Amino acid sequence: MVQASSVEIRAVNKFYGTFHALREVDLSIPPGKVSCLIGPSGSGKSTLLRCINFLEEYSSGEILIDGKLIGYKTPGGAKMSGRDLRAMRRGIGMVFQQFNLWPHMTALGNVAEGLQRVRGMGKAEAETRAADALKKVGLADKMGNHPSRLSGGQQQRVAIARAIAMEPKLMLFDEPTSALDPELVGEVLNVMKALAAEGMTMVVVTHEMGFAAHVADRVAFMEKGELVAVDVPDRILHQPEDPRIQAFLRTYHERNSF
Amino acid sequence: MGFDLSIFVQYGPMLLRGFGLTVLAWLLGTAFGMVLGLLIALAQRYGPRPVRWLIQVYIEVIRGTPFLVQLFVLYYGGPMIGLRLDALPAGILGLTLYGSPYFAEIFRSGFRGVAVGQIEAARAIGMTEPAIIRRVLLPLGLVSALPALVNFSIILTKETVILSIITVPELMYQVQRMSTETFRFLEGNLVLALFFWGFVELISRFGHRFEARVTRHLTERP
Repeated sequence: MVQASSVEIRAVNKFYGTFHALREVDLSIPPGKVSCLIGPSGSGKSTLLRCINFLEEYSSGEILIDGKLIGYKTPGGAKMSGRDLRAMRRGIGMVFQQFNLWPHMTALGNVAEGLQRVRGMGKAEAETRAADALKKVGLADKMGNHPSRLSGGQQQRVAIARAIAMEPKLMLFDEPTSALDPELVGEVLNVMKALAAEGMTMVVVTHEMGFAAHVADRVAFMEKGELVAVDVPDRILHQPEDPRIQAFLRTYHERNSF
Repeated sequence: MGFDLSIFVQYGPMLLRGFGLTVLAWLLGTAFGMVLGLLIALAQRYGPRPVRWLIQVYIEVIRGTPFLVQLFVLYYGGPMIGLRLDALPAGILGLTLYGSPYFAEIFRSGFRGVAVGQIEAARAIGMTEPAIIRRVLLPLGLVSALPALVNFSIILTKETVILSIITVPELMYQVQRMSTETFRFLEGNLVLALFFWGFVELISRFGHRFEARVTRHLTERP
């Protein structure tokens, strides 16, 4: 069982200039569970996710990781120091829609980089650990490849290995399969399912309703910067009460039927 | 007036020495200019607002004035503020200062070519900003800046002839001296042109080869 973080999001607002991107969002993310964020594009799911590791600065409210405020020294106060922020980010892994691998490093180099620069490991130790992480995502035979010589699905699995090699207590996934060809989505979701089974806290922004239905413990639905509802998958995906969720799912089913 | 190559028997060694100085001045001026340009580009990206503003003024002034004038001010005006340099060091410093804002702009656009996501991935993992610069921004930014760097370095080769104005005995200076002593203007300038052409060709080929080498793993496809 891995150590798992909890996340408390309280009354978070985010403005881009005058645009109100997040509106008083409250959300509890329990430790060791998979929480999926769904909703139409532009609803603020990715913004909310990026606020959790402070890649995006929220304008007001609080985000607590294991009870500790991230980004600010006090709620509404000055920003925390870079050192403190980095210390908190060390426990949070992130996987991006566009993979964001470093193209000048091999798969092994991409995974070992954080271990060397952030965890201060020597090259040999970092590469051993990186190799283990790559094996875990099924890429033992691709370690020496640069990203340009990997398929999208393989690149995303390297990105997952890069994150889990750091032994995070919380993993954030920002539409991890949205940039993939349909036939490559499965391999990435399978790796994510395996991680979920280990008891890692996972927050997943996704359009994969199947994943949300079968793997998530909780599903949160967002629209126009508001958190509309959060519940067990069945109650959101199969018996939604809110007309906004019903409309979203109707569109989703229309698009995916033929 | 015919075409007389015999003057090269006498002036050949001098021209070669001049060419050597041209190469030296170019090499150092370009290298220092690149380093200064890189520092400027980094300061522009990470420096506080007043620093960025001062740098912008520097860039505008250097880019807005002719190299010849800058060199004059540096060499003849320098002693007035206690900056007394020999011709060659003044020339190299002049090339450095003249090239730096152009190099800075090239680096700046190279950095902009680095995907934000790749920087964010490093931040998300907890890397420090200096480590991100060293491990992600520089390697990727420099590669994307490479063609423009080579291009501007080539432009700088030809700016070295202006050093002759402040009596640096580089190739242009020697050619002019030979021409006035022998009254043969065509031969000398033809040789000058040939030297530069070969020199630029060499830099260009080296640049292409270097570029192919550092981008090999970026362009490979499965």
